[in-house]
Order: sequence, then structure tokens, then C-alpha cells
Amino acid sequence: MSPEQNSILKVSKLVKRFGGFHALDGLSFHVVPGEILGLVGPNGSGKTTAINVISGLYAPDGGEVVFDGASSGGVASHRLVHRGINRTFQVPKPFLSLTVRENIQVALAYGGATGTPPSIAELLEKYRLKEVADRPAADLNSAQQKMLDLTRALATRPRLLLLDELAAGLNPAELDWIAGRIKALAATGMAIIVVEHLMGFIEQITDRVIVLNAGKEIFEGTLATAVREPQVIEVFLGGEHAH
Amino acid sequence: MHSASKHLLFILAPLVVVFALLPGAYQNHLLLFNFVIFLILAQGVNIIYGFTGYLPFGYVGFFGAGAYGFAIMVMHLQTPAPLAVLVGGAVAVALGLLLTPLLRLSGAYFAIANLAASLAVLHFVANPALEGITKGPYGVSLTGTFNPTHAYYAAVVVMALTVGAVIYLKNSPFGLALQAVREDAVSASMAGVNIIKMRVIAWLASALVAGLAGGIYAWYVSVFYPDNVFSGEFSIFAIVFALFGGVATVTGPIVGVLILYGIYNLIGFTTPQYFQLIYGLLIMGLVLFLPAGLVSLATRRGWHVP
Ligand SMILES: Nc1ncnc2c1ncn2[C@@H]1O[C@H](COP(=O)(O)OP(=O)(O)OP(=O)(O)O)[C@@H](O)[C@H]1O
Ligand SMILES: [Mg+2]
Repeated sequence: MSPEQNSILKVSKLVKRFGGFHALDGLSFHVVPGEILGLVGPNGSGKTTAINVISGLYAPDGGEVVFDGASSGGVASHRLVHRGINRTFQVPKPFLSLTVRENIQVALAYGGATGTPPSIAELLEKYRLKEVADRPAADLNSAQQKMLDLTRALATRPRLLLLDELAAGLNPAELDWIAGRIKALAATGMAIIVVEHLMGFIEQITDRVIVLNAGKEIFEGTLATAVREPQVIEVFLGGEHAH
Repeated sequence: MHSASKHLLFILAPLVVVFALLPGAYQNHLLLFNFVIFLILAQGVNIIYGFTGYLPFGYVGFFGAGAYGFAIMVMHLQTPAPLAVLVGGAVAVALGLLLTPLLRLSGAYFAIANLAASLAVLHFVANPALEGITKGPYGVSLTGTFNPTHAYYAAVVVMALTVGAVIYLKNSPFGLALQAVREDAVSASMAGVNIIKMRVIAWLASALVAGLAGGIYAWYVSVFYPDNVFSGEFSIFAIVFALFGGVATVTGPIVGVLILYGIYNLIGFTTPQYFQLIYGLLIMGLVLFLPAGLVSLATRRGWHVP
């Protein structure tokens, strides 16, 4: 079987408009179980929008999203969570007045995790939240809030995990540590899409990258080949000049 | 001991025992009855505002609908009072269902739309064209069911059930999920929570509580006008009492009612001119310095408040 037939997620010609503006403009790609796919591109190229559509926050205006063999475009988020999709947010969104433990409990109780749900103690320990377990999420620093987003997602036992700039703002030691964690998750068969601006981090963990520009993929392959592609260089340099 | 059992034993049980025995020791039964009614309404506000964040400025709409549901059953079908109270609750739930589209609004827009809805229901009920059914603006008189003693104990039962419901919310994944929806609806849906379903359930539960209270109120007073049972004071008092004590807790609204309604009755009747002043200052001070209610005096110190 070709990898595409194996894919757990297949996105074809996806379109998402905001008013007249095309945030996604015919985006196509796929991911297979156990793969870490990088989604890179300049600011505003549509990475977060792609994640929002795949996770059911927005309904697509065109094209198709197929998860696990069934069309999933426009399906409500909580249903997609039950089917096995979850995500983190670029700006973490914990339940601020609830404790860290309660944040995770909600996902354990309602996430519809199939099989044995992960234990809270283990999640807290693994993602360095044990010391703050009984504090309100509002007390956490931003790196801890990102880890809470991640543990909330993992509590639902996703088979497809979408990470939107999880690594941004972490120090080098933390980056190494979280890279190891993400790789370990993929090794269990989880498909993971990583949106990130830190190329070193992308290099370290991804098998393959999709380069996005203006809502469309302009490259697909390894990061090493991507950086030699004139169109990719142009987009990133163009992006930097614009700053 | 499990914390839900603690809440039942140390909050609910004493509350019920005290209000069940007080009529034997204290003469002003109407005052006791009003306390129980406000305990129900403040907890009803707690369910919808404390756990989901919707501020029900027109909460009295459910109360009035319950009172009229009761009255219509008694007037036209000679229904026994307890059954008519249940119908009052059902009428409020039906009104709640009709108003579910309001849940699409948030913040002040929801509060204003809810207020408008309660006024619309008032004017519908008070319409002289409906005199044959509701007696329109002329009010109802239900002498056949008049029995304040039974009505009082029915109110205590509904109060017990309402406080029990809040204890459930405070101790269950369901209540946690409601609070998650209040905190961040997008994240809640990513935790697998069906946010629309949760909001509707909380909304209908708070409508039911107010409808039952309204039915019992009609039973107790037996003579009333639309303006009485749709009076905005019920909404305002219930909201202020709940906020004063602190919402999303079991004890906050109880403390709020006992203190504020207590003060209201101590100084409100004897020296109304000071009352307005003191009440106004108290509420301003609260909003400025204790926006999360009296219970936050304790939670700020890291103490757990049930
Ligand atoms: N809800 C929205 N309403 C209107 N425009 C939006 C909305 N969400 C995104 N956009 C626009 O769509 C485009 C793509 O945004 P998106 O957030 O997907 O970019 P991104 O690739 O994640 O960028 P960044 O790297 O800065 O996070 C941007 O121009 C953005 O302004
Ligand atoms: Mg983004």
C-alpha cells in the first residue's frame, strides 16, 4: 500500500474564507499513523487555520477533510475529539479558574477515550505539572499552560494530534525534552502534525514537512530538501523582508 | 468522607432541619417563606450564572410562568396544588426551551435579551384579551387551594432539591464540564464536551427551579397580579444575593440570602430611608472590593469553600 492509502488524515483542496480573504486556498496533504509531519510557513500563511478546520472549529468552505476513512469537514469539535482528533492552541486556552487536575479531569470524563484512559498522575508527572496539580490554571506560566493544553488533549487519547507552536517560548533544555516526548508519542502510532517556526526543532522531530504559503502547499518533503528549494527560500526571505 | 456526602450532611441537612422547625418557634411565617423562596431562586441563579456564566436578568420570567401555570391549572382544571406546582415547573421549562436561542448571545446581550423576554411574558399574561385564561391584568384569586402551611413545606422540599442539585454540580464531572464551558467554550469542546447540550441542560434546570418556586409562591399567597409575580425585584434580589455570597459554590448563595435578606428585613421596614443607602453602599463595596463574593475572603487565603 502506498503511504497515502494508509493515511489517517487526508486533506484535499481545502478552502477557508474569511470574508473575501482566502486563508486556505486549495490546501492538500496527508498524514500516516506514527508520522510526525511539520507544517511550516510564514506568518499568516494559514497554518493555524488549517488546524482549526481539521479540529472542527471552522467548517471548510470548499474541499474535503477525511479522517480515518470518513469525511470530517464541518463535524462538531467534540465529535471529532471522540473520533480521535485533538490539538493544542497557539495561545494556550486552559480553564483558568479550575485547578490543573480539574482541567484534565474534564477531558478524561468527556473525551470519550477508547481503551484505558491515561492516568492523571502519570500525565501530571510526565508533563511536569505535578507540583502545580492543585493550583488554578491561572497561576501557571505560559510554558506550563502549554503543557496543560497538551495533557488535556492526551487525556482524550487522540490518534491524530495537532500541535500549534507548542515549542515557542521554551528554553533549549525544555525543547530537547519536549522533542523526546513528541517522538515517543509518535512511536505509539499517533499521527502528529507540528506547526512551528523553530526550524531546528522541526528538523529534530519531523519525518516530512509541508511548506505553506498563502493558504496553499508549495513544497512537500524533508526539511533538508525544502531549504534548497528556491520557491521556499523566496517565501521565507520575502516574509522576513516584509517585517 | 466523600465531599458530596459532607456537603449533604453539613450544609443541606442543617438548612432543611432549621427551616422545617423554625415555623414552630418564630411567628412571622411569611418572612420564613420568603427566605426559602429566595434560597431557591439564588441557587437557581447559581446554576445558570455560577456554572455557565449566563446572567439571567429576566430570571423572574420563569418564576411568573410557574405561578401562572399553577393558577391556570387550579382555576380551570381544579388540579390539586402539589400537581399544579409540578405543572408550574413544566411551564417554566417549556418557556426555557422557547428561549434557548438566547444562549447564542453572551455577556450583557444575553442579560438584556433575557430581561426583554421576561417583560414580553409579563405583557402576554397580563393582556386583557387573555382574561378568560389568565384573568389578564385583574389578577387571580385561588381560595380553593389556600394552605400556607403545606405551601411552606413544599418550598422547603424544593429548596432541598435545589441545594442538592448544586451539591451534585459541585461534586460531579458534569458540574466541572459546565464550568469548563463557562471558562472557555472552545477548549471545552476540545475536551469532548458538547457545549450546546450542557448549556441547555443548565438553563432548563434553572428554569425548572424558578418555575417550581413560582408555583409554590402562587399556592402560598393565592391572590396576586401579574406585576407581583413578574416583579423585576425577584431577579435582582436573587442575582444580588447569589453574587454577594459567591457563585459556583454551594454555600455562597445561602450566605448571601441569609445576610442580605436578613439586613433587608431588619432595617428595610423600620427605616427604609437608611436601608436604601446602606444596601446601595454594601453592593457597591462588594462589586469594587469582592467581585467574587464573600466566599472569596476565604478562597483568597487558599481555604477551600464548599
Ligand atoms: N477568525 C478569523 N477571521 C478573520 N481572519 C482570520 C481569522 N483567522 C485567521 N485569519 C486570517 O487568516 C490568515 C491566516 O491566519 P493563520 O492564523 O492561519 O496563520 P498562521 O500561519 O497560523 O500564522 P502565524 O504563524 O502567525 O501563527 C491571516 O491573514 C489571518 O489574519
Ligand atoms: Mg498560527
